Amino acid sequence: MISLDLLLEAVLFGILLGGFYAAVSLGLSVSFGLLDVPNVAHPAVLVVGAYGAFSLGKYGIDPIVAGLLLTPLFFVAGSLFYKGYYIIFERRGQSAAVNGLAFFFGVVFIVEVVLVLWYGVDQRSAKAPYIGGSLELGEIRIPYRLLSAFGVALVISVMLSLYLSKTFLGRAIKAVGQDEEALRLMGVDPVRVKQLAFGIATGVNSLAGAVLLILAPVEPTIDRIYIGRTFCVVVLAGLGSVSGTLTAGLILGVAESIVLMFFGASWSPAVAFGLLLILLGFRPQGLFGR
Amino acid sequence: MKFWVTCAVLLSGVVALAVSNVNNYVFFAGFVVLQSIVLATAWNILGGYAGYVNFGIPAFIGAGAYTALGMHLWIDASLIIQILAASLLCGIVGFLVGALTVRLRGIFFSIATVALVFIFETIVMNTPFLGGAAGMQLSRPETGGVFPTYLRMLVVVMLLLAIVAVALARYVQDSYIGKGLKALRDSEEAAECCGVPTLKLKLLACSLSGALLGAAGAPLPMYLSYIEPVSTFNLLYAVSAIAMPIIGGMSHWIGPVIGAILLSSLQQLVTVTISSELNVLVVGVLLVLFVVAAPDGIVGLYKRWKSS
Repeated sequence: MISLDLLLEAVLFGILLGGFYAAVSLGLSVSFGLLDVPNVAHPAVLVVGAYGAFSLGKYGIDPIVAGLLLTPLFFVAGSLFYKGYYIIFERRGQSAAVNGLAFFFGVVFIVEVVLVLWYGVDQRSAKAPYIGGSLELGEIRIPYRLLSAFGVALVISVMLSLYLSKTFLGRAIKAVGQDEEALRLMGVDPVRVKQLAFGIATGVNSLAGAVLLILAPVEPTIDRIYIGRTFCVVVLAGLGSVSGTLTAGLILGVAESIVLMFFGASWSPAVAFGLLLILLGFRPQGLFGR
Repeated sequence: MKFWVTCAVLLSGVVALAVSNVNNYVFFAGFVVLQSIVLATAWNILGGYAGYVNFGIPAFIGAGAYTALGMHLWIDASLIIQILAASLLCGIVGFLVGALTVRLRGIFFSIATVALVFIFETIVMNTPFLGGAAGMQLSRPETGGVFPTYLRMLVVVMLLLAIVAVALARYVQDSYIGKGLKALRDSEEAAECCGVPTLKLKLLACSLSGALLGAAGAPLPMYLSYIEPVSTFNLLYAVSAIAMPIIGGMSHWIGPVIGAILLSSLQQLVTVTISSELNVLVVGVLLVLFVVAAPDGIVGLYKRWKSS
């Protein structure tokens, strides 16, 4: 018999978790959803962000502050990476179908091995005053780490949505996702706009990575499970719908949390991938798709 | 004709080696190289000829391996039955994956196949009959047929599978099927308009590729005499089996064979002499290097060198 209290608790945790899933998917929503770059390496970069926050944490820097400090570095790296990708694939007109995907897949494994060689295979976690304790609300105990992750996730999501819809450059990014040729005719260099967008997508990852570190210990191959979660959120939201990412994240979070509560933890990795497969089979345009 | 003579010579050579008393390690490594040939060739039928990137190779290997294990536990089936059952099941899975291509292309297809890996892994983890998350220890039979050890028989079986896979890939490439797949790789709409039955060909390629991948996975439990889900459903299988055709060249059946022999021998060498982490790095770096600098692989380089 399913008790109502338990269900309520599952939904509450699911919402908090879902905010986090939205945050880790935002970068992908820009790079894959808007720019059509098959960025399978997105979760691997996320884990790099988490390890970056871990490294700075050794000097007593709070993970969130560390994430913010690393953002400019990630931004520059991302925008240079896109330039390289553009030169190798998009300008050459090489089929992105096989070679582009294989390229990103190779990058995933290179990143994983470099992390293994650098940090070892042990789990790493962060230290901060809000990690460990929990808020008690009657019967339900909500860990502060979940609350802080949710808070940061919400701030990033709202800010990125506002940036893309209100500012001039943000709108230019949306425009390049819709019609590159039209942008060229307006006298704008689409490659530079895309560089900016890919930089932002990567920059967001350093902060999202820090949130990942706050939420749970990380190890170098943890990115594989996030391939499913991030792509599930982005496809569910509908490609290019950055504002839909939050809703999609919440749906995945609640679904995973309910399965966790009633079927056990061993089934929860299949939730995101199963949802993704059903979604791709029946509604690839997502909920808020173009 | 030349092809079949080469195959016959290879087969008799390996059988002769297997009944002689060469060092066992040769067979341990040889099995991996031969398995790589099957995997790379099978992947290339869909990925190289039709341009659909299947990341779900570990899903097929795992499904094959666990089908074999299931048959072994259930009715104590012989190896032949295990392999046939595995390729039948994986052929069906391949057919269903092929049905997905009606809606999904490019990265969407690839991501759907990745999803398959994790779904299968979770199912196995929650099935106590197949050993669950803890895995299962198996005892290899003492001898296999005329061969002094079971492992040596597995190597010969894997060689047979490799010959079957390469012969099929060679047949597909030169036949109407391969030409149709090539047409739909370049433009699915144009191919459809010219009367190429694209869906039928894709379903055929997916089923064939899936069945061969499953067959390559079937001998795995007996080869390792141990099986557990995390290493069986490892995405490293996918990245290696994709890197091999890309390194060798995807347009010709010999490409995956060259790539598989080169890369898996190198992997064996690096794993034994340095470390298994570096082995992963080698695969990743070579894959990226070839995609960037020589997208048509070794076969492409050879063609360019010959025509210049």
